[in-house]
Amino acid sequence: MRVFAGLSALVACLFVASLLIGPAGIGPGESLAALVAGDRGPLTLVMREIRLPRAILAVMIGGSLGLAGAAMQGYLRNPLAEPGLIGVSGSAALGAVLAIHTGAAVAFALALPMAALVGAGLGVLIVMALAGPRGTSLTLILAGVAVSALAAALTSLVLNLSPNPFAANEIIFWMMGSLADRSMTHVWLALPFMAVGWLLLSRLGRGLDALTLGEDAAQALGIRLTHLRLGLVGGVTCVVGAGTAVAGAIGFVGLVVPHILRPVVGAHPSQLLWASALGGAAMVLTADIAVRMILPERDLKLGVVTAIIGAPLFLHLILKLRQERI
Amino acid sequence: MPPAIRHSTSASMRTGKILAICAAAWGAMTHQAAATEVPKRVVSMNLCTDQLAMMLAGQGQLHSVSYIAADPRASAMVEEARALRLNHGLAEEIYLMQPDLVIAGAFSTRATVAMLRRLGIPVVVFEPAYSLADVRDRILHMGDVLGRSAEAEAMVADFDLRLAALQQDVQTRPRAVLYYANGYTSGDQTLAGEILTVAGFDNAAADRGYGAGMKMPLEVLAVTNPDAVITSQPYPGASRSEEVLAHPVVRNLRAVKGAASITDHDWICGTPFVLRAIERLAQDRETLSGGAE
Amino acid sequence: MSVLDVQNLSVSRRGRAVLRDVSFSMGVGELVGLIGPNGAGKTTLMRAALGLLSCTGQSSLTALPEAARAKHAAWLPQAREIAWPVSVETVVMLGRIPHLSSVQNPTETDRAAVDAALAQMDLSHMRTRAATHLSGGEQARVLIARTIAQNTPLLMADEPVAGLDPAHQIATMQSFKALTAQGKSCLVSLHDLGLAARHCTRILMLDQGQLVADGPPTEVLAQDRVKAVFGISAWYQDTDQGPVFQPLDVVR
Repeated sequence: MRVFAGLSALVACLFVASLLIGPAGIGPGESLAALVAGDRGPLTLVMREIRLPRAILAVMIGGSLGLAGAAMQGYLRNPLAEPGLIGVSGSAALGAVLAIHTGAAVAFALALPMAALVGAGLGVLIVMALAGPRGTSLTLILAGVAVSALAAALTSLVLNLSPNPFAANEIIFWMMGSLADRSMTHVWLALPFMAVGWLLLSRLGRGLDALTLGEDAAQALGIRLTHLRLGLVGGVTCVVGAGTAVAGAIGFVGLVVPHILRPVVGAHPSQLLWASALGGAAMVLTADIAVRMILPERDLKLGVVTAIIGAPLFLHLILKLRQERI
Repeated sequence: MPPAIRHSTSASMRTGKILAICAAAWGAMTHQAAATEVPKRVVSMNLCTDQLAMMLAGQGQLHSVSYIAADPRASAMVEEARALRLNHGLAEEIYLMQPDLVIAGAFSTRATVAMLRRLGIPVVVFEPAYSLADVRDRILHMGDVLGRSAEAEAMVADFDLRLAALQQDVQTRPRAVLYYANGYTSGDQTLAGEILTVAGFDNAAADRGYGAGMKMPLEVLAVTNPDAVITSQPYPGASRSEEVLAHPVVRNLRAVKGAASITDHDWICGTPFVLRAIERLAQDRETLSGGAE
Repeated sequence: MSVLDVQNLSVSRRGRAVLRDVSFSMGVGELVGLIGPNGAGKTTLMRAALGLLSCTGQSSLTALPEAARAKHAAWLPQAREIAWPVSVETVVMLGRIPHLSSVQNPTETDRAAVDAALAQMDLSHMRTRAATHLSGGEQARVLIARTIAQNTPLLMADEPVAGLDPAHQIATMQSFKALTAQGKSCLVSLHDLGLAARHCTRILMLDQGQLVADGPPTEVLAQDRVKAVFGISAWYQDTDQGPVFQPLDVVR
């Protein structure tokens, strides 16, 4: 309980910090007043239409990635399973890019998250099929490499074929993710799908706990594995798809956060779900604040920061796994 | 992709050598002629030089322009361009056209320009125009290069006349921000910035210290709260870069302030078409001031 | 009253019958040993009876819905899997899952059951240690404690004593016996025929997917049957220290 209170407080602090930091250089009191009061002036516009959606999306997307990472790791019983690493986010990005560049997203706003959902769903299914029920690290990473590479290549292809000269330069956005200049529209577009995903994933806790003992034992404990699998695929698809549709593929959050928090919650898979959701929100908020503090005028991508934090931890994880095997 | 090009040249070294020898021989003959005589077969591979050349070249003198010159979103002279052969700025394609002069922009691919020169084709590189004064320079330079100096001088005289007519004393200068894809703006010392100023606007981005091609964060735009936000015309096929132009903040500013000017093909290049852009923008300003009163 | 009733259970895999027409029934308070050479179908029989793999024939367990089945029979698979470094008591508490509703936290009853199971398997002193950092034998005991905590009328264990030291092998068999004294039943597959002879009230002998013998140890472990099924000779006598079964030589 103390872990949850601490993490919640951290997320709340970072959320407020995220609202207060920006290139416009408004004082903290002034900005919060503009946020609450709302006089249609430029300050209110900045707070309500730029900073608030950005902070909300950071919480939503970070929480989703943390939750999805913890759930996938729990199901595959492998600490390397992560939506970004194994190509689920990449395939979601491909879906989103297709929706945008075929014009479907303009004709019908929900086409964007839905196409991303389809992409994410296919990504999850391919990885789960390739890695098998208990994904060994090798098959998981190989499956991830293959799916990521294919999704990235197809995304680049779609963007290169676009008649819009800017499109080709946006590969980096879809591969690295960014929350810059998002609006409330994006929040509303992603929220319903994410809510469904959170609901689905939140019901997996007990099944994931039971899976600690293996599939056979879990099944004999009354866990319906088919339901569990469906819930996992559905939940991960919803949260990763919706998140990627509005902010691109942000990597390493789902890997790093459960890895750090696992010892804190005694490795309990069900408790790790919510701890990782909060931790993920904190990580993306921090990364998004860092992006704005380090190079404010360069639109540094979020994935750059998360990868700089995440990649060394990933290597450490692999090293640890290798030592355990010996 | 310079490494790829380098690789392919070394791979086809022998063919390259033969080509180079032929080209050198042929180039030597034509090059001397070009120095004294007027070029007869000119290829332009940059949107802005395309348009200047089309305006100034004599009958049959211009052989080919870039394909972008035929794109109505970027070019003000689509009809004229379609009558000519279009090139895609590739060295092989241009070499086979056997031009006696190639005109390139400063931003044309360096590798292409270097290769053409190595093959013995004279290439003239034009700097982009950063101001209205630059526009006059470029016109005269193009006249020089094409051996059409008289026509160029006439065009500059006309340009000066029309520009002088447009220069007027504006009492209240509305504050405007130029806002392009990815949140880029144009401040001082840019052609677009000067168009804005001559049309009677105050460049609010320049007041905030923004120079050429700098990124203005959305929140700075909101706090600047300009009287007009002048955005670029969106390209077909959506892009995330242009999405910022539809952000509620930009939409809001544009909706509240009324006038919704858009930069188009007249703004892009330093040609006399910028005068048309100024005229149109000045009209928008009058609507804006009229609406405000 | 029977706690497990299996009729004509058959399993075939890739066209080959791995279990053929096995029928038996278990009553309250029985400690049944399931023996047979490698590949005889012991694991398959137990998994099929639990409904963990598709089969023909009837099992009283497969007729139950998942939740009810988990309250009736506990299952200890042969593979000792503990995927995460959770504490010993957390692992044992997993045995209480069938007794919790979907949102409920463990109650006093659940905690008491966990405490009892830990005490029974001699694990109380290491309850807060990470289960994955224990030795193989200790992990095996933790997993047995988990099945005990499930507190079901029937406990099915696949080679629960493999890899345990002699003291803990005997202690484990005694734990099962203690469970049967509480009115529960255990079906335990074993390779150690000596343990089976000494502790089980009844033995099922499988050979090539078929049930070849079913009865008290003295009947099932007859010389020629052991010789025919396992290919070994053995010394088997009821001594004043209880029954002793000692394999001697390979005769095939």
